[in-house]
Amino acid sequence: MSVQNVMATVDAASRRRAGVMSALVVVVVLLLLASLGIGPVRLSPWTVVDALFGGGSDVQQVIVREIRLPRTILGFAIGAMLGLSGAALQGLLRNPLAAPSLFGAPQSAAFGAVLIIALGLADVRSYALPVAAIVAAFVSVFVLLAIAGRNAGLLILILAGLAISSLAGAATALVMNLSSNPFVVLEIAFWLLGSLEDRSFRHVTLALPFIAAGAVILLSQRNAFRTLSLGEETAQSLGVDVARLRLLVISGVALGVGGAVAVSGTIGFIGLVAPHLMRPLIGYDPARLMIPSALTGSALLLAADIAVRIIPSTSDIKVGVLTSIIGVPFFLYLIMRERRALGAGVA
Amino acid sequence: MTASTFLTAQGVGVRLADRAVLHDISLALSSGHLVALVGPNGAGKTTLLRALAGLVPSDGSVHVGGEALSALPLRERARRFAYLPQGHIVHWPLPARDIVALGRYPHGATDPARLTAKDSEAVLRAMQAADVVDLGERRVTELSGGERSRVALARVFAVEAPVILADEPTSSLDPRHQLDIMKTLRAAADKGTLVIVVTHDLGLAARFADIVLVLSGGRLVSQGAATEALSEQVMADVFRIQAYRTEYQREAVIVPWAEI
Repeated sequence: MSVQNVMATVDAASRRRAGVMSALVVVVVLLLLASLGIGPVRLSPWTVVDALFGGGSDVQQVIVREIRLPRTILGFAIGAMLGLSGAALQGLLRNPLAAPSLFGAPQSAAFGAVLIIALGLADVRSYALPVAAIVAAFVSVFVLLAIAGRNAGLLILILAGLAISSLAGAATALVMNLSSNPFVVLEIAFWLLGSLEDRSFRHVTLALPFIAAGAVILLSQRNAFRTLSLGEETAQSLGVDVARLRLLVISGVALGVGGAVAVSGTIGFIGLVAPHLMRPLIGYDPARLMIPSALTGSALLLAADIAVRIIPSTSDIKVGVLTSIIGVPFFLYLIMRERRALGAGVA
Repeated sequence: MTASTFLTAQGVGVRLADRAVLHDISLALSSGHLVALVGPNGAGKTTLLRALAGLVPSDGSVHVGGEALSALPLRERARRFAYLPQGHIVHWPLPARDIVALGRYPHGATDPARLTAKDSEAVLRAMQAADVVDLGERRVTELSGGERSRVALARVFAVEAPVILADEPTSSLDPRHQLDIMKTLRAAADKGTLVIVVTHDLGLAARFADIVLVLSGGRLVSQGAATEALSEQVMADVFRIQAYRTEYQREAVIVPWAEI
């Protein structure tokens, strides 16, 4: 066998990946158009594109550019960030059940933000909110990985994640409990459910810089995840500074998740689901899963956010509720599949 | 220090979790040698390999090719030491070829799908040396234990490092595969690589190694050619066994025979 032969099979694999990527891009673009077109006033894709670039009536322009565009941008960016965070954590921990929402990161970020709101420390639309959310998310993931130790098994990670998300939930409940203003409590409660409704460009500027920074950090580390397939010690022997990598991943996830939670509330399980949907198509390589997982995350959140606008109901369903309703059964299915790794496969 | 000495350790000591695991290890090893590192369980064999590669913090000093290990950045260390840990763990079902290509990571080839011609050739050479060219597209998790250990070996060869550190590369393999792995490592040494192999198999150590290092309780208690380093006295003191010794086809044969 020659070098050419070895490389030829590599080309076939990368052609297949390129095909999957193009299909994902098409799906995301269609969902972006649908997200801009669907609402109380339905607009055709042509009208949407027209209005986006300054055509159509004034009303159509306002609907597309000022009401639906921020929501759509946030859906795309937050979905991508959640998919990316899931893929990065799964790569770092070499574990298919790793995800920000299972580690309590969004719950902790929510606590950070709720604390700021309840204490009346800052306006809901100031940068204090994402910063507090990011700090809380960073602390939660850092503590989780410190508790879990270097070669943590599934069980420890999930138990520690459960403990941390419970603690963050309890702390949030305490803040609401102690709050004297019932309107603030109600607002926090709804916000915790996770939604992209009525978001403006102010929200976009609030979240996007952090999400972008987190995404850049995570993507820059993707090739190191491949070496981690051989374990931390071997990765180190190949020249990867594993301690630094961990810190970078925690920072990237915290920036992205914190920034996202600050404007959307907690939207869970997209980070868990997206990499799993991509593995049968892309393969298990943790580095190659990153961008497809991000696109899948975008597609999932955009689709969920379109669904909450279409599903007929008396009061509006929050998108975070929908992702959990779909995500948790998927999580149960994964637990069933990973039963042996969890140590319960004896029977 | 002879002209061909490549790797030296002076007064290397390691403490793990406040317990001294290695005490004052000094050695000088030459390129082109296969060195067997033997000793009872818990003697510190794996820790010594890790200390030599700079994977655990240690006292004393290690010099590789005349340069102090502590002065080398991580990537430079990775180019000088190819490290094969115990167990050949692979967490994801990646194709064998991609695993082998990870050996080029220290050389800046971080993506197996975008190798330079030089890196592709190194990967192919390594796969040929370990006889895994035909396994390239198979997922490592689907391979047999013997095949998987050869893929792990190919990954180590792909680094093309002057020093190979292999931790029990033959454990849990059948006799034929054990011989296969040892012969492949022997061939690498004959081409000028310094190969250090941790093993519990004194027979393989005696047969294939130029130098045998005996560790006991974190100290280097004996070193030299197999028959000297594994003298009857050392066998009794360190391993607490008596061995049957003979020669076959002009090579030393040592077979553990009875506990003392």
